Amino acid sequence: MSSIAAVSDIQLEKKSSLWLDAWCRLKKNKMAMVSSFLVVAFFLLAIAVPILSPFPIDEVHYDSIGMAPNTLHWFGTDILGRDMLARTFYGLRISLAVGLTATLVSFAIGVVYGAVAGFYGGKVDALMMRFVDVVYGLPYMFFVIIVMSVFGNNILILFMAIGAVSWLTMARIVRGQVLSISQKEFVEAARSCGVRNRTIIFRHLIPNALGPIIVYTTLMVPRTILVEAFLSFLGLGIQPPQASLGSLASDGASAMDLYPWLILFPGVVLAILLFALNYFGDGLRDALDPRMKK
Amino acid sequence: MNDILLEIQQLKVHFPIFKGTLFPREVGAVQAVNGIGFSVRRGETLGLVGESGCGKSTTGRALLQLIRPTSGQVLFEGKDLADMQGEELRRMRRHMQMIFQDPFASLNPRMTVGDIVAEPLVTFDIASGKELQTRVQHLLHEVGMDPKFIRRYPHEFSGGQRQRIGIARALALNPKFIVADEPISALDVSIQAQIMNLLADLKERHNLTYLFISHDLAAVRHLSHRVAVMYLGKIVELASHDDIYSTPKHPYTQALLSAVPIPDPAVQKKRERIVLRGDLPSPLHPPAGCRFHTRCPYAMPHCIAVDPPLRDYGDGHFAACHIFDTPPPSKL
Repeated sequence: MSSIAAVSDIQLEKKSSLWLDAWCRLKKNKMAMVSSFLVVAFFLLAIAVPILSPFPIDEVHYDSIGMAPNTLHWFGTDILGRDMLARTFYGLRISLAVGLTATLVSFAIGVVYGAVAGFYGGKVDALMMRFVDVVYGLPYMFFVIIVMSVFGNNILILFMAIGAVSWLTMARIVRGQVLSISQKEFVEAARSCGVRNRTIIFRHLIPNALGPIIVYTTLMVPRTILVEAFLSFLGLGIQPPQASLGSLASDGASAMDLYPWLILFPGVVLAILLFALNYFGDGLRDALDPRMKK
Repeated sequence: MNDILLEIQQLKVHFPIFKGTLFPREVGAVQAVNGIGFSVRRGETLGLVGESGCGKSTTGRALLQLIRPTSGQVLFEGKDLADMQGEELRRMRRHMQMIFQDPFASLNPRMTVGDIVAEPLVTFDIASGKELQTRVQHLLHEVGMDPKFIRRYPHEFSGGQRQRIGIARALALNPKFIVADEPISALDVSIQAQIMNLLADLKERHNLTYLFISHDLAAVRHLSHRVAVMYLGKIVELASHDDIYSTPKHPYTQALLSAVPIPDPAVQKKRERIVLRGDLPSPLHPPAGCRFHTRCPYAMPHCIAVDPPLRDYGDGHFAACHIFDTPPPSKL
């Protein structure tokens, strides 16, 4: 056992971890960095908009109706004289909140549900996935509308309703991934070392399924934002005077020929946000794969 | 040396095949392992050879309960593993480990080498913190790896190095019994010898017991004290290292041995090779009687009807063949 002494004073290679390595790789990806900067900036702006903006979002000014963008109102004003800059970023706040909450809900439920179904397989898998199929069979918009009309028009209910239907696809994606990964020998090796099932799922299966999970997650944020916009349009989502990017765009669309800035600014902000989230997701997927070159 | 570590009796592993989606019914079963029995003595290496699909890997996995046997007993130090469930079985796993065939599939690509080797130690709460790191480094050192690599990922290593990492992981718990499932068949020829020597060294140092699975008789030859030959889910011959290579009894073993190349062109040209006709029959519908009769050069009418039992022909040389029971045919 003299070799213990021999190894104890060896100079280790520089410390790294999965996340630290991922960060190093992400830093090299320019598009992903610009995108993550934009996402963070939007976040901060959305949070800080009540402090930064001199105009409350619901203050009606009859003397400044439908003003084009100017030095006082950078994004112009709407047909009730409300400042569009404040409303756009307030809308962004709601949209981000809906997108992130619903995505988190579906991430938490979908990943675990899919991983459990895929790992245990057989009857457990069949039963769990048939349940998913049944819920999938319901038109999800219909389901959200029912939930919204039964439980009332509450923004929290809206988060839940969207989250509750959007985990289904995630569960299917994760289940498929886990099904193939659990056939790999390293999972068998973990089992032969006595590693508990829970640890196998969280340490071996889910990390190896992370690529598709992350891509789908970042795609889901924009999708739920669009779902919310659609619900708001039907009068089931955000109610005026509150606003989301979706409801602002749909309001702006009706007055597009007279006041084009009403749809332009919310639309542009929404587009930039969606682009940034997509590029950020792509970058994150590449960064989290240790097989990618440093 | 006669202390028995592991004994299996009437081990069967069948994989049922289902038809119908709504009301699946069993339409048959792949009889991967069909009623085999042998024992492994403490400190010995038992070689298990056979061609692809004969059930040798399934046997190895069934011993470790990675595939649960359909029936039969797996007695490890007298306790039946096939009977154990859950936590009881998990506790037993630290005494038996596996070395896998494919070093590219057997290491989690998202874990560092250090984490991979540490995992068994962490799982059984054997070490943590500084001590864990020292033990992991020591294990890597022991399998001939530079311990400073613990923060690297598996994809940064070659096949041989990865196999060493897999061996370090198998050694981490200081197991009594190791199933080596074709540990060298996925490696370059130049690396194979290194890994063989490493396995032999580790066996001496830790007093390990191996079940060495291989389709390569020459590889088994170096390590094994005894060799079992499998054909289509059954053991057809089991004998000591010397006996099986000098006086093989079963026609299948003879054919296998005659296929091993001899590194001498003069001898290689002159020797008579037994070439088997046909393919391995499907384990879904194995032939009646002796499973080898469809390809056996000495097949008799009796062989089609009756499955020969594995019988002791003295000195622990077991074989399952009818030709020793009846007067041998003139050909032999």
